[in-house]
Amino acid sequence: MGAFPWARPPSHRKGTTVTEPSPDGRVRRRSRRTRRIVVPLTVVSAIVAGTVLSGCGQQRDPDVYTVMNSSTDESYHRWDGDTLKRCSKELGVTIEQQSVPASQLMTKALRMASSKSLPDVLQLDASEMPTFAEAGGLIPLKDLGLTTTDIPEGIVDFGSYGGKYYGAARTVNTLALFYNEDILDEAGLKVPTTWDEMRETAAELTQGKRYGLALSAGGAEDGVFQFTPFMWSNGGDETKLDSPEVAGALDYWKALLKDGSLSKSTVNWTQADVNDQFMAGNAAMMINGPWQVETLNAKKGLNWGIAQIPVPEAGDDSVGPLGGGVLTVPNTGDTEREKTAAKIIGCMAGEQEQITYALNSWMVPANTKAAAVWRTKAPELAALAGQVSTARSRTAQVGAQWSSVSLALQSAFQSALTGESSEAALKRAQQRVTSGN
Amino acid sequence: MSSTTASAALPAGPKATGPGKSEKPLSPLRAKRRRQFAQWGFIAPAVIFMALFFGYPLVRNIAMSFQDYSPSTFFTGEAPFNGLDNWRNVFGDGLFGKALWQTILFTVGSLVGQFCIGLALAVFFSRRFPLNGILRSLILLPWLVPMVVSGIVWRRIFDQDTGVLNSFLGTLGLGGDTPWLTSTSMALISVILVNIWIGIPFNMVILYGGLQEVPKELHEAAALDGASAWRTFRSVTLPVLKPVITVVLVLGFMSTVKILDLVLALTDGGPADSTQTLGTLTYQNSFVQMDFGAGAVVGNVLILISAVFAVFYLRANRNEGK
Repeated sequence: MGAFPWARPPSHRKGTTVTEPSPDGRVRRRSRRTRRIVVPLTVVSAIVAGTVLSGCGQQRDPDVYTVMNSSTDESYHRWDGDTLKRCSKELGVTIEQQSVPASQLMTKALRMASSKSLPDVLQLDASEMPTFAEAGGLIPLKDLGLTTTDIPEGIVDFGSYGGKYYGAARTVNTLALFYNEDILDEAGLKVPTTWDEMRETAAELTQGKRYGLALSAGGAEDGVFQFTPFMWSNGGDETKLDSPEVAGALDYWKALLKDGSLSKSTVNWTQADVNDQFMAGNAAMMINGPWQVETLNAKKGLNWGIAQIPVPEAGDDSVGPLGGGVLTVPNTGDTEREKTAAKIIGCMAGEQEQITYALNSWMVPANTKAAAVWRTKAPELAALAGQVSTARSRTAQVGAQWSSVSLALQSAFQSALTGESSEAALKRAQQRVTSGN
Repeated sequence: MSSTTASAALPAGPKATGPGKSEKPLSPLRAKRRRQFAQWGFIAPAVIFMALFFGYPLVRNIAMSFQDYSPSTFFTGEAPFNGLDNWRNVFGDGLFGKALWQTILFTVGSLVGQFCIGLALAVFFSRRFPLNGILRSLILLPWLVPMVVSGIVWRRIFDQDTGVLNSFLGTLGLGGDTPWLTSTSMALISVILVNIWIGIPFNMVILYGGLQEVPKELHEAAALDGASAWRTFRSVTLPVLKPVITVVLVLGFMSTVKILDLVLALTDGGPADSTQTLGTLTYQNSFVQMDFGAGAVVGNVLILISAVFAVFYLRANRNEGK
């Protein structure tokens, strides 16, 4: 009783209005009063518990197909919405778009998997796809009748895991060298094509508050994405981080930093920061991707050009990383729906839709024929098309282990850029990957 | 207990039935049961809430740290128990020790900074002077800004080349080339500085409130006894303020030790893991590497640390009651 001070009879309470009636009357009144409170309270608890628990078991609407992507930006959401409207019409089904922030897409999809409420089509970042495929969450697209005709091998690999094609790309992107035409003209310099040229050009363009080159070496996927073209063009590989080729690429970055051609803030910059610096005139050249083009074009008076990322020696291939999303069919266990989902992907990744999407988003169509058409319509981005033809998928070799490799690698190049030797930093990174932490 | 005796003393039978009432009097046992039911009815919402939103996740998290919990678990529902594997992996990774040490530095540094500056400001503002109110509310601003926004703004301020802070220091002739966030030795200090900036208002407001409670007579008495300002502060103000100080420090500790968003926005744990804390490590394990078992281990360590301090807090409060 002592534990429930609120259960004391009313007469014990200060200021109560209940006078002392006959004993039985008091008891009955009290019991009726408590019932009046207790019953609703219990009901409320039951309802709260009920709603919480039932929230897990959503049912799929038989007439509506859902496509989940990370197009949370207004323009991307609208472009995708328009595509889906056209595909709805073509296929005669209702398609709904759900957009989740890119950083939450994976965990959201996993939660949906455990509550059996996965969407019909799921757009995953290509670097995340292997994790989902390895977990048994995706249906191979060929089983559902989609072919890979006219898709270059590199892009088929990009959407494949363990030799199976799970993800259809509409467009792909990669990194390139962006340069400020005015600054280069003024200095009378040509666009560099080799590492040595880039190092010299960057050093000459570094003046006052302006750096010759900007790139991202931040401690996240952005930085790793930017390191890959240097690592791969130099013959290095993510399966052996402590090889001399990878160390050579890292030493090249260190040299640029030592020359003063790169800002020391490079280790803290994201790709968006790099773009801001370039637009503000604080950098004469930058490594970045086509998703910045919309912003770059919005700035009046900025004359920029685009070129392939310089290679170690003249004649080497410039190997960049492939980026972008792939459309997948999650394993929902409903074969009929999965077949329709594949048709939706077929429509979204169709030639015409690819060109439309590529022109909107400044990316390169995945399909060879679509890319040919696109090249005539966006000639200023031709360098990108060339870069894409040799570009590589980050996960083709290490699959779902990429996230571990990426974490180890970013820690390594940050250590090296802040003082450690490239060899020691990379050796530790390789140990981290091997020990599986 | 009085009502129990009252109902026990009730005469049974038709006597109790009033005119026009069909209700039967309650037997003592039933009355007691009903009352107990009522009692439980009142605590039920709290108990259900706690069990659902605190108990369940806590137990799940502890269990998860002994399981091989991978993305495939979400499809198959199977997470085989793997004993101490996750714990061994996490503790065996050099990063854990580093993150733990950096968490300690971060927490202690933040608390000391926040508290000292907060207390100084609280004492300062407890005097009367013009614009006191306006200045006091302006100091609250950092508190109103979301953590991530502060992080992004400070990242720009700290930028080595284009940041406001360095160009300001440069104009004063104080160098202006400090690598705030880009050197492994400075980054953690910078993150602590930002967190101190964020935490000052909270400390100041609570301590200011506590200072208002210090009876004026005590200060007057001290003055009459000829105590110096410092002596008065140490022997009168601080002891009266003690319970408030405990609250401020414990709450500050709880919110500081689990820091995540600020670090992610400022440095992403870099450069070269020099600002990794247990919070960012949990995030990295669970949501970047998708190794939920390892994430749970680090999370449990954090819970354990917080629990130890919660016990200190409860003990301090219990002594206060005596």
